[in-house]
Amino acid sequence: MTYLYNTPDDQAAMLKSIGVETIEDLFATIPSELRLQRDLNLPPKMGELELTQHLSALAAKNASPATHACFLGGGSYDHFVPAVVDALASRGEFYTSYTPYQPEVSQGNLQAMFEYQTLICDLTGMDLSNASLYDGGSALAEAVIMALNTGKRGEKVVVLGTVHPEYRQILQTYFGHLGIEIIEVPCVEGVADLAKLEATVDASTNCVVVQSPNFFGAIEDVAAIAEIAHKNDAVVIQSFDPISLGLLKRPGDLGADIAVAEGHSLGSPMQYGGPYLGIMACNEQFVRRLPGRIVGQTEDRRGNRCWVLTLQTREQHIRREKATSNICTNQGLFALRASIYLALLGPGGLKEAATLCAQKAHYAQSKLTEAERLEPVFGNNPFFKEFVLRDTQGNVDGLLAEAREAGILGGVPLGQFFPEMDDCLLVCVTEKRTKSEIDALARTFSLIHSGGSTIHA
Amino acid sequence: MRNQQATQLLSELSRPGRVAVTWPACDVPEQPIEDLIPGNFLAEQAPRLPELTEGEVVRHYTNLSTKNMSVDTHYYPLGSCTMKYNPKRNERLASLPGIVDLHPYQDESTIQGMLQLLYELQGIFSEISGLPACSLQPAAGAHGELAALMVAAKYFKSIGEDRKVVLAPDSSHGTNPASAQMAGFKAVSIKSDPNGGVDMEDFHKKLTDDIAVLMITNPSTLGLFEKNIREIADAVHAKGGLVYLDGANMNAILGITRPGDFGADMMHYNPHKTFSGPHGGGGPGAGPICVTDKLEPFLPSPVVAKEGETYKLVFDRPNSIGRVRSFFGNVGVLVRAYCYILSHGPDGLREVSENAVLNANYLLSKIKHFLPVPRGERCMHEFVASAAKLKQERGITAMDIGKRLLDYGFHAPTVYFPLTVPEAIMVEPTETESKETLDAFVQTLFKITEEDAELLHDAPHSTPISRPNEVQAARSPCLRADFCDM
Repeated sequence: MTYLYNTPDDQAAMLKSIGVETIEDLFATIPSELRLQRDLNLPPKMGELELTQHLSALAAKNASPATHACFLGGGSYDHFVPAVVDALASRGEFYTSYTPYQPEVSQGNLQAMFEYQTLICDLTGMDLSNASLYDGGSALAEAVIMALNTGKRGEKVVVLGTVHPEYRQILQTYFGHLGIEIIEVPCVEGVADLAKLEATVDASTNCVVVQSPNFFGAIEDVAAIAEIAHKNDAVVIQSFDPISLGLLKRPGDLGADIAVAEGHSLGSPMQYGGPYLGIMACNEQFVRRLPGRIVGQTEDRRGNRCWVLTLQTREQHIRREKATSNICTNQGLFALRASIYLALLGPGGLKEAATLCAQKAHYAQSKLTEAERLEPVFGNNPFFKEFVLRDTQGNVDGLLAEAREAGILGGVPLGQFFPEMDDCLLVCVTEKRTKSEIDALARTFSLIHSGGSTIHA
Repeated sequence: MRNQQATQLLSELSRPGRVAVTWPACDVPEQPIEDLIPGNFLAEQAPRLPELTEGEVVRHYTNLSTKNMSVDTHYYPLGSCTMKYNPKRNERLASLPGIVDLHPYQDESTIQGMLQLLYELQGIFSEISGLPACSLQPAAGAHGELAALMVAAKYFKSIGEDRKVVLAPDSSHGTNPASAQMAGFKAVSIKSDPNGGVDMEDFHKKLTDDIAVLMITNPSTLGLFEKNIREIADAVHAKGGLVYLDGANMNAILGITRPGDFGADMMHYNPHKTFSGPHGGGGPGAGPICVTDKLEPFLPSPVVAKEGETYKLVFDRPNSIGRVRSFFGNVGVLVRAYCYILSHGPDGLREVSENAVLNANYLLSKIKHFLPVPRGERCMHEFVASAAKLKQERGITAMDIGKRLLDYGFHAPTVYFPLTVPEAIMVEPTETESKETLDAFVQTLFKITEEDAELLHDAPHSTPISRPNEVQAARSPCLRADFCDM
């Protein structure tokens, strides 16, 4: 055992106190025919140095944004993380504590979560926030559950076709087998088709799910969508990009009733997809249906302001099968990181970050489409930091392979999500991308001959 | 020497004009923002966030951190949560460039090292569980339960059976019935027998022909190995049902017995417990699931496969339940688990469980003399004592004892769970505590049981706050800094 505490002398003394001869005796309650009669077939133990060399060798087989300019997006983004976020969040008192069941010795976490809830409300313009969910996709599914469980509406769930395809898959997984009708409204030119939406939403509609900026990067007319939904007494669920709110109107200002997001952009690394941060904020009407942990303010016996986990009668450890959700462990550490990030940026810093994304993304769109074979798709839609390009020669894989050769992760090929878009790629430009990186990508794309061979080969 | 400003909120510390982050000047030709994005989409002003200097943010959160107990600073015998030491090497290794910064949509050719790690981890989890197929996608234990129950639902559908009932013992985690409900099943509770095992009579009574899944925690939340597990599993299988193992207590049985060998068809791990992922104040976790071969086609997509020397993500799995989460899963937590397992090897993992069980039995042997442990002379990795007698005789509750422990610098055990033991005090020492720490804990616990009842009702006395008014918090919820009268 690597982190060994009990010496042979300790073990002997402890066994004596217990009144058995050997450690083996302690396992006597496990029937012998159920015991594993061999060693586990696992790699042999490695010391720290050996393990470091092993992990470093694995890491070296990956091309990372540390060495490759990253133009990949689609829900996971290469935003800058200030050093303070890592320094504070890695303090052991935050890092190695558990869910604050004992508020007297957890005020640090509880106050931080309360401040997180406050920051998220201010960011989104919503009344309430919980203390986090797993990720943007499962947060969206929890939002739909909350809408279905609140009020007397029908059970039809209307989802716009521009919502992240993986998020839509999650909705299918969660609800498809329960007999809940999920209707996807096809979109025209990369944004919601309001006429089609109007024709779809009716009195049996429970909620309308929109993402803005949407999967293709375009900004949806959420206010108009909300109006259609509300006319039919349906709940509006908006999935948003937290960084975009430095510039764009907030979900609460647009008429969203529930706002959810992938929150890792707020100070957490990409980590090949997780752990991330599921943000969920909502209107007051949902206060007793919110899933997950919620922190509330109160006073202690001496009259000091303090914070506790509250409204726990919603939760699984009290209500079991009648709980609003099964969630137990959430993403406390990433909520903390998001809070520190927002506290550092402030209103000005967030606006600047968002502005840099928008400026650079628009520059990139015009620069990349200077290459003859690339043309903008849905080019008239207003967008924030992502946009779609079409390779008129239909060889996206070839383009991206060349970009990799040049040390650039050039975009997300869209054929994997939409077979009819196998000649398209989604390009994302965050504040981290420099003009020279954008120009290098444009140069790479413009130097490529048809079929993906290059003149520098 | 406590910093009094540390109780202030960010919004109270904020002053207009203070700045902590300086972004670079825009290096591309700038255009008026209204020319890029129509004005009707633009906010009139940025969100009202606090304005602080970098130093203020650092001091604020550093002071907040000092108000927490944590594994790095305190003994944390929180039953069912496996609060073991979180190795620092895992943090550094999970933060290596090429690990921490990978984008989930990178081309497979650029992430062969990561895919190799995840592929190996699938195999490792299968070997430890005795269940041959693995999905790393679920984000936490409860999420793994939900995913596995969806797998079960899809499996039954594929063989044309309509089964609705999920059985779980009344001592199970609340997530079990909550997950069953979310997956569209009907949760039915089975009684515990006086010794803390499954009440076999009640089990056989509730085991109907429409049983879908039996969810069982083994070792149980009482810290006992279910001696009838094989008989129970066989009975469920005979009815055509599946057995789900809640793997919360795997820390007791690594390399000693395997769920697949004692009859489980599906299980989840809590790598943030068993495999030392830091708990982060309530997350992140991960909830990888392992299943038998016949359930493999239904696992979430994608899974990692190896073809020749190349690792691939496999999406083309027509019977899969689909996705329960975006992207691959909680990879950062999984990398730490991988590091932990490789740091131990097969012998080391078995020794983890041996010492976890030794420590728990040692504590039990000392504590039972002054605090009854109603279910059993022996335990696995944890046990449940009861303050019912103390309450009856002197009015001292499990809550009082837990709160008073805080004064002495020990985190409280889990109290009032499982629900089947009155005034429950659930103690899980883990293997990463020394005999001296356990002895000190025993002595303190004994001292507390001798203390004045009034002193205990008012405890804790030395913590940053005294007992909070939780009733007021729930009755008039104040859930954000400026919105306290809802």
